[in-house]
Amino acid sequence: MRTQFCDAMVARSNRDELVFLTGDLGFMALEPLQEALGQRFINAGVAEQNMVTAAAAMASRGLEVWTYSIAPFVYARPFEQIRNDVCFHGLPVRLVGNGGGYGYGPMGPTHHAIDDYGALLTLPGMAAIVPAFDEDIADAVALTDVLASPVYLRLGRGEPPAGWQPPKFEPWRKITDGGGPVVVGIGPVAGTFISLIEEIPERSRPNLWIAGLLPVERFAPPDQLLREIGRNGSLCVVEEHVSQGSMASQLLLHLALGGTHVKRFAHLYAKEHNYGTYGSQTYLRRLSSLDVDSMIAALDGL
Amino acid sequence: MLIGDRRFLPLDRSSLGVPVESEINAARRRLLQMHFDSGVGHIGGNLSCLDAVFVAFHDHLREQDHFVLSKGHSAGALYITLWTMGILSDDDLRGFHQDGSLLAGHPPAKGIPRIEFATGSLGHGMSLGAGLALASRLLDDDHRTVCLTSDGEWQEGSTWEGLIFATHHRLANLTVMVDNNGLQGFGTTTDVASMSSLPDLLRGFDVDLITCDGHDRQSISEALAAPSDTVKVIVLQTTKGRGVSFMENRMEWHYRPLTEELFGIAIDEMEG
Repeated sequence: MRTQFCDAMVARSNRDELVFLTGDLGFMALEPLQEALGQRFINAGVAEQNMVTAAAAMASRGLEVWTYSIAPFVYARPFEQIRNDVCFHGLPVRLVGNGGGYGYGPMGPTHHAIDDYGALLTLPGMAAIVPAFDEDIADAVALTDVLASPVYLRLGRGEPPAGWQPPKFEPWRKITDGGGPVVVGIGPVAGTFISLIEEIPERSRPNLWIAGLLPVERFAPPDQLLREIGRNGSLCVVEEHVSQGSMASQLLLHLALGGTHVKRFAHLYAKEHNYGTYGSQTYLRRLSSLDVDSMIAALDGL
Repeated sequence: MLIGDRRFLPLDRSSLGVPVESEINAARRRLLQMHFDSGVGHIGGNLSCLDAVFVAFHDHLREQDHFVLSKGHSAGALYITLWTMGILSDDDLRGFHQDGSLLAGHPPAKGIPRIEFATGSLGHGMSLGAGLALASRLLDDDHRTVCLTSDGEWQEGSTWEGLIFATHHRLANLTVMVDNNGLQGFGTTTDVASMSSLPDLLRGFDVDLITCDGHDRQSISEALAAPSDTVKVIVLQTTKGRGVSFMENRMEWHYRPLTEELFGIAIDEMEG
């Protein structure tokens, strides 16, 4: 998604008020944006606390400010700066984290972001955009204008089935139809189950939905999704994020408060920061039961 | 609330200029009264920076300029200065630290003119100042930004991040004042952190460094006005608890609130 993100930013680089701060990341990726923005592309160096606070101050003057780094360096290192300087003042700073979930696989747990939106969404006014496919990025970038609030954009690597074209990015998208349970996914990991689900006979095929904008409390699921959950009673949520602060916890709270009863529930999520062995994103997902076999087992259990 | 009511100008400071001793003395007394009424401490650090805040607002900053109180625990000095400008009223000051007040113990995020950022967690002001100054450059305006830090908060790594960023961009529209009173919450700055003196450390950066008596208001005024082509850092040599004999250079007055007896002694001293 990094390439698509760069393209989307270049497309808006004619906005005089746009300023882009990077924490020394973007080599071999963001050079076109650097060229397009000139002095408004600022390498803030290896100093993410300063980057976020300076971004807040610049946003307070009406500038459109983006900050960019590897995901944990955008939200975990400068968490207090996001809380105090960005969110307490309701400033629409855009925080862009590359490598959401286990995206930086073999780089190790310091580079993973499996607790990002859960942590950030505890902060006032914060929204999290979680694209699932590379094709979502232009719309995701444009969405930050509409939100006009602090926002975190979690980038990853889209993993749709080969030759499959995703529907236009929306906060809630329906991907498959059938008579089976409801599956709600978020982020690129959701795309890894599309082929599996599409191959299931229609009578028992899950209704797959992909969410792209959190928190659920603020960006509520559509009535159609609520009706499907209520009718079937079985729900599976899949996300590359720890259970605490997860989309699942947000969604279940929303359903409970709205009177939608879930009779059977399964949750596929990132289970560990430190497995003790290291490897690719696919490897770490498998250790966390975020793979096709685990989905088959979860659906059988529903 | 009478916030913004400019009819109330307690010190008759209708024109800009360096405040005189009687005005500072009146402000000090009002500061002590406010802290005594609310039973709130943090008095020593307020008194050490009051002269500088006073001079910054009355002699240097214009309506469009920016002031960042990085040492947010000295909110009292800022509130009192805004009171002398008629931005805060006596009623507002009486609400300090009380239920329903806008005047929290540290500057709030919203609601008070001239206070743009909630501070109080140390180590944020330097970057806030840098961001404001860089924004002015990008917006091509002439806004000035003044940031006041404590000395202890230079133990925060983020303060150095901000300094590196500001000096790299040679933000000549940014002035950083350091309240160098040598005392922090639980010790002297040298006892707590073994590092070279701040002026020595700052000389290693591309800053315009000025050291002056932080209670000599004329010197502060001249330092603020001095031309610079990069970040200006004014190290204010100050006395914690300035103006109250039993508080001066005493660490306990970082946190300690006033008793009625001590409040009376302090006021008698000032009025004497």
